[in-house]
Amino acid sequence: MSIIVDAGGLSCPQPVLLTLNKIKEIQKGEIIIKVDTDTSKENVSRAAQSQGWDMADIQKHKTGYTLTIKKE
Amino acid sequence: MGQFKNFFSTRWGIIGVGAFIGVLAPLLQKWGNPGNMGICVACFERDIAGAIGFHRAAVVQYMRPEIIGFVLGSLIAAYSFKEFRPRTGSAPIVRFVLGVFAMIGALVFLGCPWRALLRFSAGDGNAIFGLLGLIGGIWIGTLFLKGGYNLGRTEKTYASAGWLLPLTLLGFFILILIFPQIQGEAKSGILFYSLKGPGAMHAPLLVSLAVGLAIGFAAQRSRFCTMGAFRDLILFKQTHLFLGLLALVVLAFITNLIVGQFHPGFVKQPVAHTMHVWNFGGMVLAGLAFALAGGCPGRQLFLTGEGDGDAAVFVLGMIVGAGFAHNFGLASSPKGVGPHGIAAVIIGLLVCLFIGFTMRKK
Repeated sequence: MSIIVDAGGLSCPQPVLLTLNKIKEIQKGEIIIKVDTDTSKENVSRAAQSQGWDMADIQKHKTGYTLTIKKE
Repeated sequence: MGQFKNFFSTRWGIIGVGAFIGVLAPLLQKWGNPGNMGICVACFERDIAGAIGFHRAAVVQYMRPEIIGFVLGSLIAAYSFKEFRPRTGSAPIVRFVLGVFAMIGALVFLGCPWRALLRFSAGDGNAIFGLLGLIGGIWIGTLFLKGGYNLGRTEKTYASAGWLLPLTLLGFFILILIFPQIQGEAKSGILFYSLKGPGAMHAPLLVSLAVGLAIGFAAQRSRFCTMGAFRDLILFKQTHLFLGLLALVVLAFITNLIVGQFHPGFVKQPVAHTMHVWNFGGMVLAGLAFALAGGCPGRQLFLTGEGDGDAAVFVLGMIVGAGFAHNFGLASSPKGVGPHGIAAVIIGLLVCLFIGFTMRKK
């Protein structure tokens, strides 16, 4: 089961902080992150990639994005 | 449009936007804006507060079209790229108070982060103390962020709620057209104008508006933020936003050199004072308030344009803060800090610490 980070409604830099904390915690695997602005989407993917994680999937929906990041 | 959409958020995108602002700001000065104040979000919001009579400091009253352009340019960009997301409800009263003290701190230094960079790029050595203070304030903010400081989630709201401040500013622009400046008159209809001082110095109306719109559009797309530049560097060791800030300084320096606005030194710098401790202290307060609110004054305007009602409340806090700053003698002048400026900085820091320590989620 994937780990979910719900950063919906949170503004900069909270989505990145939450994602990086989770990355530190689990080291590798899959994390699903919910964000609601394009800025958060960009910031989270930039931060994840800087930690060596891959952006596996980006789902756009009415209220924002669901991002899936992975590290083997 | 997809490729274009991505460009601004790339490394070269943010560098391009920083460079764009770095060239245009000194040119606005060349075209009439005050010294080393081609663009200053804090000063210009203060001038707007003066234009509508929230304070009656005669030398700083002008309805600055740049600010109106920033918000409307961002609004246009947000709608063009389907990024307008009306939202509010993340502790608006806290954001208002942070806006008030951010303005007070900035006016003790005499400038927002943008102006601190512009002053530095034009050779004003006093700006170094302001920038160090700004970094110090943001650093304190990052400690709170690491400790769990969080103002909570926003809620989606009506599109019309996101329109309220942009519409207000559009209304302000219409007021300029109805009550234009009259040569030698300190008042036109209901708007106040300055006869001398920085408030009397401005680029032509449409030039200011056009530059404001262009920067508002570009900055919304790129998420340009001077506070975020330092915060991300300190907190995440990320250089993305910082590269934009660096581009602004380098291009502003080059542009100032070319147009003859580079004058290195500490004394007799335009709209600046040499009380180093309070140049530093004012910006510690401002930097901490920006960090706790999640954006520099410019970024708060661009967020307002994309529907962020909490950023709009921060902007209103800054405008009201300008009223306090001038009515209570908190704002500095070229002679030095105001009679109660030091007290206000200390109170502001205490308020920010109170906010930082008490608003944490585990």
